[in-house]
Amino acid sequence: MEHTVVCRSVSKVYRQDAVAVQALADINLEIPRLDFVCLSGPSGSGKSTLLNLIGGLDRPSGGEIYVDGNRVDRMEKGELAELRLRRIGFVFQAYNLIPVLTARENVEFVMQLQGVPAATRGAKTREILKEVGLEDLEDRRPGELSGGQQQRVAVARAIVSEPSLVLADEPTANLDSKTAENLMQLLRHMNEDHGVTFVFSTHDRLVMDFSRRLITLRDGRIVDDVQRG
Amino acid sequence: MTTLKSPLLLTLAWRNLWRHRGRTAAILFALALGVWSMVSLAALSRGSMEQQLVKAILNLTGHIQIHAPRYRDDPVIEHRLSPPSPALTAALSRPEVTTWAMRVRVPAVVASERESAGVTLVGIDPARERGLSFIPDAVTEGRYLEAGDDAGILLGRKLAERLETGVGRRVVVMSQDINNSVADRGFRVVGIFDAEPQAAEESYIFVTLASARQMLKLGDNISEIALMTTDRDRLDGLLAALRAAAPDLDVQPWTVVEPLLVLTEKVVNVILIVWYVIVFTAMSFGLVNTLLMAVFERTREFGLFQALGMPPRHILGQVLAESCILLAVALALGNLGGWLTVLALKDGLDLSAFAKGFEMMGVSPIIYPALRAGDVTAANVLVTVLGLAASLYPAWRAARHVPVEAITRV
Repeated sequence: MEHTVVCRSVSKVYRQDAVAVQALADINLEIPRLDFVCLSGPSGSGKSTLLNLIGGLDRPSGGEIYVDGNRVDRMEKGELAELRLRRIGFVFQAYNLIPVLTARENVEFVMQLQGVPAATRGAKTREILKEVGLEDLEDRRPGELSGGQQQRVAVARAIVSEPSLVLADEPTANLDSKTAENLMQLLRHMNEDHGVTFVFSTHDRLVMDFSRRLITLRDGRIVDDVQRG
Repeated sequence: MTTLKSPLLLTLAWRNLWRHRGRTAAILFALALGVWSMVSLAALSRGSMEQQLVKAILNLTGHIQIHAPRYRDDPVIEHRLSPPSPALTAALSRPEVTTWAMRVRVPAVVASERESAGVTLVGIDPARERGLSFIPDAVTEGRYLEAGDDAGILLGRKLAERLETGVGRRVVVMSQDINNSVADRGFRVVGIFDAEPQAAEESYIFVTLASARQMLKLGDNISEIALMTTDRDRLDGLLAALRAAAPDLDVQPWTVVEPLLVLTEKVVNVILIVWYVIVFTAMSFGLVNTLLMAVFERTREFGLFQALGMPPRHILGQVLAESCILLAVALALGNLGGWLTVLALKDGLDLSAFAKGFEMMGVSPIIYPALRAGDVTAANVLVTVLGLAASLYPAWRAARHVPVEAITRV
C-alpha cells in the first residue's frame, strides 16, 4: 500500500529551563494515501507536535519521518520550504490568513509562490472559492469574514495547489458546532473529490466522527488506533 | 524553486505599511524631514559657498592670473612683466576666454589732507574690467573710471571715511617707481565704491592703467594679466596653452592664487557629509525601530509564510521591500520639499538680522540657495544605501524564525 506519511520511532523532547519535556515518544505510524485521519487526545498529548513534525515545521529529537517517500527529518530549511510548498497544505486553528490580502489573494498566495501563471491561478481560485461557497466574498479581507468563512478560505488555500497531504490542527476549535460540522463536511468532500490525504487533530467528538481512522495520543504516545470504516 | 513575483512582494509590503497608518505616517514624516533638511542645507551651503567663490574671483582674482615669476611672493614693481607677446595674445584669444585685462598692482600710500593709509594701487583698463572684477559695478557714489581719466581715482567707502575725503576732493598717492625712487601724484576722487568683503574698501585704490604706468615710469609694462573663462572648473587645457605661450611667466589658476577658497569648499563638503551622517543616524533609529516593531507584531505571520512554503530569503525581501517603499516615498517627499524650499528662496534668504558680521567676513547675509545634482544624488544615495543596510537587521530577525515557534506565538 502506498503511504503518504510514515513515522518510525519518532520522539520529540522540548527543553524548558534545563528541564526536558517529552512531547512525543516512540511514535510509529503509517498513513495511506487518501486516508482521513483524526488525531485525538487531551491537551498536551502531542497532537499538534506530531502534526508540526510531519509538516516539517519542527524537527524531531529522534526517529524518521517520511512524506511521499521523502525523509523530512533530514531536510534542510530550503528543502522543507519546498516540500511544504509543493506537497503539504496547512489549516490552522487560528485561521492564519494573511490579513492584508483578500480571500482571493490568500487562496492565490501559494500558487504565486509556486509560479503558477496568472490565468491558471485565477481560474483555479474562482473554482475553489465557489466550491467552498465563498465566491461572492472573494474581495473581502480576513477581518471582514466570519470565523467559519475564514476557515473555509484557509481550506481553499490548503487545497488549491493540489498537495498530497493536508494537515489541519484543530481546525474547528474556534467554530460553533454547526459551522464546525459544515467545515468537516467540506474537508471530507475535499478528501474524496480532490484525492488529498487529511490528517487533523481535535478534541471534539463531533469532528472525530467524520474521520475514517481515529488515533488517540496520551502523554506523547499512541494509545489507540481505530479504523472507523 | 519558489518564484515569488515582485508585484506580490510589493503588494504585501505596501499594504503592511498601511496597517498602522499613524506609525507609518510618523516615520515617513521623520524620514522626509531628514531628506528635506539634507537637500535644503546642501542648497543653502552650496549657494553661500558659490556666492563667496564668485565674489572672491571677482575680487581681482579672475579664473587665471599671469605674473612675473616672483610677483606672487613679493608683489612689488621690480617683479613686472611686459605686455603679452603675440603668442600669448593668441592664447588669450582662445574661445574659452571670455575677457582678459592687464593691470598694474603695487603697494602704495594714499594721503588726504588729514590722514594717510597703506593700500594697493591698482591700475586698470576701465572698459576691460567689466565682467572681470567687481569694481565696474561697485561704485555707489560718483562715477566709474573712464578711459581718458588721467587724474581720476576710485576709493573704497571705508578708506574715504578714514581719510575724511569724498568725491571731488584730491588725494596724493605715493609709491616706488621702477628706478626705486618715490613716485607721487595727486588724483581727484571721482567715485566711491562699496565692496564685500569690506576689507577691500580699505585695501584697494583704482586709477587708470595709463595713469599708473605713467606715475611709476613703467612704460608699457604691467604687474599682471587676469582673465575669465567660460568654466572655472575646466582650466587645464587653457593653462597648458598659456604656459606654452609664455613659458617664462607664472600662469596660475584661481585655485592656486586663492587656496583658501578651495579649502573653504572642502570644509563645506565635509560639513555637509557630517550633517548627512548626523541626520541619517537620527533617521535610521526611527526606521529600524519601526521595522522592528512591525516584524515583532507579525511574527506569527512570518511563521505562516514559512509554513506555506515561502523561503526565508523572500521574507527578508518583504521587509526590505517595506523599507524600500518607506525610503522611496520619503525621498520623493523630502526632495520635493527641498526643491520647493529652494524655489521659495530663489530671491535669497536674508540673514542680515541675525549675522551682522557676515559682511566683514566676505559672506553675504543674503544667501541664494543652489541645488546641485551632485549634492542631491549624494543625499539620496546615502539615505537609500544606509537605510537598506539599517533595515537588514529587522529583516534578518523576521527571516530567522523557526516556523512552529512563530506560529504558536500568542
